[in-house]
Amino acid sequence: MTEALKLVPKAEAQQTMKDFKSDQEVRWCPGCGDYAILAAVQGFMPELGLAKENIVFVSGIGCSSRFPYYMNTYGMHSIHGRAPAIATGLATSRRDLSVWVVTGDGDALSIGGNHLIHALRRNVNLKILLFNNRIYGLTKGQYSPTSETGKITKSTPMGSLDAPFNPISLAIGAEASFVARTVDSDRKHLTEVLRQAAGHPGTALVEIYQNCNIFNDGAFEPLKDREQAKEAVIRLEHGQPVRFGAENDKGVVRDRATGDLKVITVTPENEGDLLVHDAHAASPTTAFALSRLADPDTLHQTPIGVFRSVDRPVYDTQMADQLEAAIVQKGKGDLGALLAGNDTWTVAG
Amino acid sequence: MTSQVSSPAEQAVPAEQPSGAAAAPTPVDASPPSAKEVRRLDRVIIRFAGDSGDGMQLTGDRFTSETASFGNDLSTLPNFPAEIRAPAGTLPGVSSFQLHFADHDILTPGDAPDVLVAMNPAALKANLADVPRGGEIIVNTDEFAKRTMAKVGYATSPLEDGTLDGYNVHPVPLTTLTIEALKDFGLSRKEAERSKNMFALGLLSWMYHRPTQNTEDFLRKKFAKKPQIAEANVAAFRAGWNFGETTEDFAVSYEVAPATSAFPAGTYRNISGNLALSYGLIAAARQADLPLYLGSYPITPASDILHELSKHKNFGVRTFQAEDEIAGIGAALGAAFGGALAVTTTSGPGVALKSETIGLAVSLELPLLIVDIQRGGPSTGLPTKTEQADLLQAMYGRNGEAPVPIVAPKTPADCFDAALDAARIALTYRTPVFLLSDGYLANGSEPWRVPEPDELPDLRTRFATGPNHTLADGTEVFWPYKRDPQTLARPWAVPGTPGLEHRIGGIEKQDGTGNISYDPANHDFMVRTRQAKTDGVSVPGLEVDDPTGEADTLVLGWGSTYGPITAAVRRVRTAGDHIAQAHLRHLNPFPANLGEVLRRYEKVVVPEMNLGQLATLIRARYLVDVRSHTQVSGMPFKAAQLADVLKEAIDD
Repeated sequence: MTEALKLVPKAEAQQTMKDFKSDQEVRWCPGCGDYAILAAVQGFMPELGLAKENIVFVSGIGCSSRFPYYMNTYGMHSIHGRAPAIATGLATSRRDLSVWVVTGDGDALSIGGNHLIHALRRNVNLKILLFNNRIYGLTKGQYSPTSETGKITKSTPMGSLDAPFNPISLAIGAEASFVARTVDSDRKHLTEVLRQAAGHPGTALVEIYQNCNIFNDGAFEPLKDREQAKEAVIRLEHGQPVRFGAENDKGVVRDRATGDLKVITVTPENEGDLLVHDAHAASPTTAFALSRLADPDTLHQTPIGVFRSVDRPVYDTQMADQLEAAIVQKGKGDLGALLAGNDTWTVAG
Repeated sequence: MTSQVSSPAEQAVPAEQPSGAAAAPTPVDASPPSAKEVRRLDRVIIRFAGDSGDGMQLTGDRFTSETASFGNDLSTLPNFPAEIRAPAGTLPGVSSFQLHFADHDILTPGDAPDVLVAMNPAALKANLADVPRGGEIIVNTDEFAKRTMAKVGYATSPLEDGTLDGYNVHPVPLTTLTIEALKDFGLSRKEAERSKNMFALGLLSWMYHRPTQNTEDFLRKKFAKKPQIAEANVAAFRAGWNFGETTEDFAVSYEVAPATSAFPAGTYRNISGNLALSYGLIAAARQADLPLYLGSYPITPASDILHELSKHKNFGVRTFQAEDEIAGIGAALGAAFGGALAVTTTSGPGVALKSETIGLAVSLELPLLIVDIQRGGPSTGLPTKTEQADLLQAMYGRNGEAPVPIVAPKTPADCFDAALDAARIALTYRTPVFLLSDGYLANGSEPWRVPEPDELPDLRTRFATGPNHTLADGTEVFWPYKRDPQTLARPWAVPGTPGLEHRIGGIEKQDGTGNISYDPANHDFMVRTRQAKTDGVSVPGLEVDDPTGEADTLVLGWGSTYGPITAAVRRVRTAGDHIAQAHLRHLNPFPANLGEVLRRYEKVVVPEMNLGQLATLIRARYLVDVRSHTQVSGMPFKAAQLADVLKEAIDD
């Protein structure tokens, strides 16, 4: 078992997906991408083999944030945007728990943006699943902080004016130690990303492109349609050259003039120049450049997979270490001595 | 020195306290000045005032520490601007520290200083109006140059133009004398000058026969890494003491005997409200056998609790400095879900930001302490000044019906007991609890009888360990919202407990099962049940102090006004009038007998440092037309003024 989970008790018996289904009726809209993600997470959990009473899902507000009710683990459906803060308190005080945050693009990037970036920089042992559907679903269809500029919605009849966040770029900029992107409909890829996230010591941010079939249907169609996806999706694999395309004839190279990344048509002559993906690179520069490849409007050249996975000191581990060090330095706390202090006087009876 | 003749107003036993009868003081290491006259006083109020960079708070702290170790009763009032270093020599930059000490039991830092130490013209101007005619004023004449005087609007020197006529003025060139005393230390003029506060402290220590060794030890420890500075400060301190001993301007020194009869037997220390509150939290966690978790964001005047708790990691205390107020309480609530004694500390503006999370805690029904060190509002208001204007925010400042119990300490040392009491309520009833302190309690200090840990209440609570409900088909299940019939508390089932996996959240829950429920009748039931749980919190009955039983007027206070109100009550009774006094520690729920107490008196006066928030609650709840007396100056009530208000009510 990895460093991230070594303090979490193991399940005594083999688990199945059914063990992780709660008795609550799932109430997302029929056809919602959340169903696929729920199934993937429930299906993956037995593989972790953790005692399910030591697993906690914490969410904020939004469609995705109903997720904890459907997991037969401990869970908290909290308030809008605050799940990372609440989960930080839980994870830093209980290192024997595997703590997961489920959030959406509005929850994590709009009202909760501050908590997200600070959780990432602290590197608390949390796994954050960010369901990005590029729309506000629960409030019935306003544009979100990841909606494309010019989006026509109920609140923006003449088109939205905001430039969208790129969650991967944001997370890398916030010093995240693990950043990945996957897609709701690709169960295999989603599960592989979850596997890597679960094993990562520290905060893992997983952006999951998720279709809202009611208010933003088809938002990720270019990545899901088998034909279009061949040209649109760039699958990142650590140690492998970054290439894609229907004929596998496109690839990513570094532009020697600007230092930026660019897409080229691969030929036998330039094949050796292709960027080899290094998720463990100490510098976040190349991961950031990869996060900028996608066209925010057409989604062409969208990398999916693990952008970055590096070892950094984990906040809760260090917090616990300080407590131990304090006991070594000063001895276990003596309440009587603390209350009396060094400057007392006595009044005789 | 008429100003230093005690008024009996604050004495517990006013008639029987001839000042000469007190036991002779036994200074540990300060031999009484030999050739000069020594007078005995039963109490003194000293105010140190200077620029915010002059070290007045440190000077006051040291004098307080000397006074505490000597055994006087004491009460302090630090008063400083919000700016760390306001422009030098200006009125807004004046920082002061007032200390009241006595050979008997006292309750407040005193209304008016008997002695003012003014380090510059601004300090003199800002404080002079508070000093009664005849009071002693020690001024640092070196700072009274034309330019510095002009800065605060003195066209002519107040030392010469008659402004100080009627005061007993001691002009002392403090800066020059300090620099002269330190000339062999090889310090720059600027460095040497910085020790002038220690010169002043030395002089005052001589005047009042304070022990000095602790201060010398303190300075050597504080400047351990800069021994030259440490020795310079010690030398300045001694030079000030010797100056008093030798110069003819100071012909008299004073003794204030230890307050031996004011205190029950025990071990005592001096303690500020924020320190007592911090210790109360550590003690509560130990008594509950739970780890203490603080989620907090720095804010005046609450930050000292974060600082203090962060020092005690060897007690298993986790302190988390969050990215904002909301994350501070969020992390605390997360830790509460995990089974910690969870706390968030803040002041009024922070409470406003935390409101939504407090509502969530009400809905989740988890234990959580919300410590609000109130300051002047609204908005940023007066960060370093005191006020009691968050009562209604604590009571009602959330969406929906979201009742939260409220506990308020009454003196600095009482913050310790109030923290334990708030923890008791939170743990017993599984609820967030407000602890409403304020800036006056937080920074003020007084002697505290140090309790033995085994005297402290047992706060242990039980986590759920197994199923608590049997379904019709005989299946044993865990219902997260199945309540204890007595307390109405729901079970605290912490993650890691097998078989009790459950989901909680802010969305309305079905009674018992805890499943999401939009059922109208269920919501009505849950809202009323949460209210009933809060209403049913066990709090002791209100005690009324009415020694003669003849009073027709009751004065009712809450929180930090206890000292000034009690001092005012003593004045009223000394003057021969009857008045009853009661003080609320629990603001929600109120003590069960409050209504009956209110109806027992013809007139009820409620003094508050707000515009009548408790009065509003009482009128609404008990239909008693209380007389609200309010003050929102950022400063505590003065006992003399309050006594006038009470007298007026009695005579009405």
